[in-house]
Amino acid sequence: MARVLLFGRLSDVAGWRSREVESPSVHALRDLLSAEDARLGEALAAPGVQIALDQAIVRGDAALSLRSEVAFLPPMSGG
Amino acid sequence: MIRLTDQAFDPGVLLSDFCRDRTETGAVASFVGLARAELGTAAILELEAYPGFTEGEINRIAQEAVDRFSLDDFAVVHRVGKIAPGESIVFVATAATHRRAAFEACDFLMDYLKSRAPFWKKETGPAGARWIEPKPQDHADIARWET
Repeated sequence: MARVLLFGRLSDVAGWRSREVESPSVHALRDLLSAEDARLGEALAAPGVQIALDQAIVRGDAALSLRSEVAFLPPMSGG
Repeated sequence: MIRLTDQAFDPGVLLSDFCRDRTETGAVASFVGLARAELGTAAILELEAYPGFTEGEINRIAQEAVDRFSLDDFAVVHRVGKIAPGESIVFVATAATHRRAAFEACDFLMDYLKSRAPFWKKETGPAGARWIEPKPQDHADIARWET
């Protein structure tokens, strides 16, 4: 089971921040979440949303292991 | 030094600590970002970070500043959680042999923190809540360093 984290507006849209989800890859996971919740799917597909796998940004797909942590990160704004 | 905190901090104390016991640093520049009330439309600001990842990304940016501007040292203190208008959100200090490097490194770090550091900012006021995302000006600011 991968641990899935949502940040910023994404957790507001989904109504959760952290969940355990079984999925073979980052893209399969995103597709699964989008199929479950169309509004979340739309938010995940919005421009500027990045994905971190085990606290490193991934571009493209990547395989998940049992202990993977996948974070969906909307546009960042500090300071 | 990089620190995230959910407690209010005194930027004057941080700056004094940062300046202490330096005999070769000729210049320290600092910046303090404060939460604005936006004429009453913003009652509270809430900042979310991704513990571990956020510090790591700030450190990556700060090491780039150290290399680029030959910094002696830096400090970044950033609030998370709920912040009231007038409270400090961020403190950045840079130490270098000469002033130009210290000023520029401080400017560079703030531009990166505004739109590249993993923070998410929600403003709540009488009209409800909204997530704040980088503005075109923030992207233009960061582009200045990418030539």
